Parts: sequence; structure tokens; C-alpha cells
Amino acid sequence: MKSAAGLIIIILFSVINSKAQDIKTVNFDDIETVFYKTDDTVRVINFWATWCIPCVEEMPYFTKAEQQYSDKKVKFIYVSLDFPRYLETKVIPFVKKHNMNGRLFLLDDPDANQWISQVDSRWSGALPATVVYRREQKTFKEGGITYKELNEFIKQKL
Amino acid sequence: MKKATGFLFVFMAFTLIVKAQQGLEPGDKAVNFNLLNIDGEYVSLQDYQDQQGVVVIFTCNHCPYAQAWEQRIIDIHHEFSPKGFPVVAINPNDSSIVQADSYSAMQKRADDKNYPFVYLLDARQNIFPAYGATKTPHVYLLEMDKDEFYVRYVGAIDNNYKNPEKVTKTYLADAINSLINGEPVKTESTKAIGCSIKVAKD
Repeated sequence: MKSAAGLIIIILFSVINSKAQDIKTVNFDDIETVFYKTDDTVRVINFWATWCIPCVEEMPYFTKAEQQYSDKKVKFIYVSLDFPRYLETKVIPFVKKHNMNGRLFLLDDPDANQWISQVDSRWSGALPATVVYRREQKTFKEGGITYKELNEFIKQKL
Repeated sequence: MKKATGFLFVFMAFTLIVKAQQGLEPGDKAVNFNLLNIDGEYVSLQDYQDQQGVVVIFTCNHCPYAQAWEQRIIDIHHEFSPKGFPVVAINPNDSSIVQADSYSAMQKRADDKNYPFVYLLDARQNIFPAYGATKTPHVYLLEMDKDEFYVRYVGAIDNNYKNPEKVTKTYLADAINSLINGEPVKTESTKAIGCSIKVAKD
């Protein structure tokens, strides 16, 4: 019985661990196609950072939406703009604590003038920013988002 | 006819509102301000009438991007203030949201880092929206032309927040040098990642 519990703990731990290891450090070219998918999935893409207060405040809304739409064709993608040196000490612990299940990237591409407008022409570059899209249907929000807004953006595209 | 005029009026009013929300763009006349400096004195844009221009930078203490560019802001002032383009730093954040951006914290940081420029507080939070600043840091390069200030460049300081040695485009310095040489600014606006401006909650 004891060993079974131990085994479960080990499995749980390795699941959490493997998730954390999936945070890829990328430049914009690596993830550009994420913004132009033509399948019927709704994609929710959130730009955030652990040091950004409104990003931290809104993160529970995203994880709540993950739960709510877990049986729908909705994918969550989190793009961290934390400095790469904080990946292990700040980003991974934050992701674990908030139980973020979507795909995770750390965008290390300082020449932001080259890619901000490719995300959305309306984006000034302020964090946080959120894109919700399905094919040509797209909503963009710069600054903190409410759960109501996020839910509405997703629902209208399903 | 009446209807059409009414419609036109509504349309024009709407256009004005949209324009106001967008803030200032290159070519626009700058908005005057009169804000409290860290030394307890008020500083107005009008105080710079004898300069060639002013490098207005919305920036703050707490934001990692502002910190990453901080030394370069100091360097810009040292290089261009003698040429008639001093830096005016403005903190647009509300300290009830970010304690690290309070007036006393501004004084401390300016002292610690030996800021050579004025560091003003947009205490009523009405200057940053008039300019259209959305983040820190956010640059508005102004040029004096016939007793008026005009916006000549909006955006980022350069194209690498992380590593000054890897900068390949010095947007702001290039724009100032163009003005000094009497040439048009080639790149009038750029974008960079920054911290959203923290507005007091109702």
C-alpha cells in the first residue's frame, strides 16, 4: 500500500516535471505559425511575465477558462517575456503554482519592433496582451482582461 | 440635409474621440505639462523654450524593461543635453498600485543612480494619456520649431533591451542626430515591449 502511494507520488511528480520541461525558449520566427492556423480550433494566446502585476492578476482567469473549455476545441498558449535567466527560478515555479496546462514558450527575441505588429497591428507592446482567434475571427486585448471578456471572446468563436 | 449634418457632426465627434485616445503621433504639436520634479520644483515643457528639443521618456522605477534601458537613458542625456536635447523622464504610474513607483521611491532611485535629468511624476495621470503613452519606457522626441514643440519620433530607445552591445538600431539617437543635422527623421515610430502603465483603480 505504501509503495503504491509512493509510486503515485513519483508518477505525479514526473508528470509535473515533464510539463515544466516543455517551456521552450524561442524567437518569434519559431512561433510565428501559431498566429496563422487555419484549422477549426480556437487559440487563446497570452503574453505575460512573472514580474508583470496585471499578468499575474489575470492568470487565474486563463486557467479557469482552460477547465471550462477542456472538452472543446480550444487551445491555450502562454508566451512568457521573462528574462531567460529566470526560467528555472521564476517562470517554472509560477507555471507549477498556477497549474497552467497550455503550451508554454519563453520568447527571447529582443528586437521586438520586428514582431509586435505581427502579433496584432493594434498592440503597442505593453504587457499583458491577449489574442483569441479562430481562422479569420480575431479579438485582441492589450492590458488586463476580465474573466467575462475572456469567456466572451472564446464563446463567440466556438 | 439636417440629418446629414447631424450625422456628419456625430462622425466628426467620433473621429475626435478616437484621435484623442490614440494620443500624439509624429508631426503632432506636443502637449504642455507642468509636473512635480523629485527636487520639489514644478517643471513645465515651456521651461525648455531655449532648447532645440526635449526627449520625453515615460519610464519608472519598478519595470524590468525600464531598468534594462536605464543606463542608456542616462547616456542619451549626457550625449544630447549639451546639443540641445535634454531628457525629461516622467513616471506615469500610480503608487497605490506599485509602491516602488512612489514619489519618495523616485527620489531614492534618482539619487542612487545619479540621474542627470529631471524625473517628474504624472500625479494626476492626465499627461501620459494626452501623449498616448501605454507603457514604460515609451519615448516621445520633441523638436522646437517656431516657439512650438512638435513630435518627431515615438517609440523605443533602440532594438535590444537586453544587451546594449547587441543593439543594431539606435532609433532614438538616430532621430535626434537627424534633427541636429536638419534632416527628416527616417524611422518616425517603433514598438517595444514594456510594462503597462498602472492606473489608480476607482
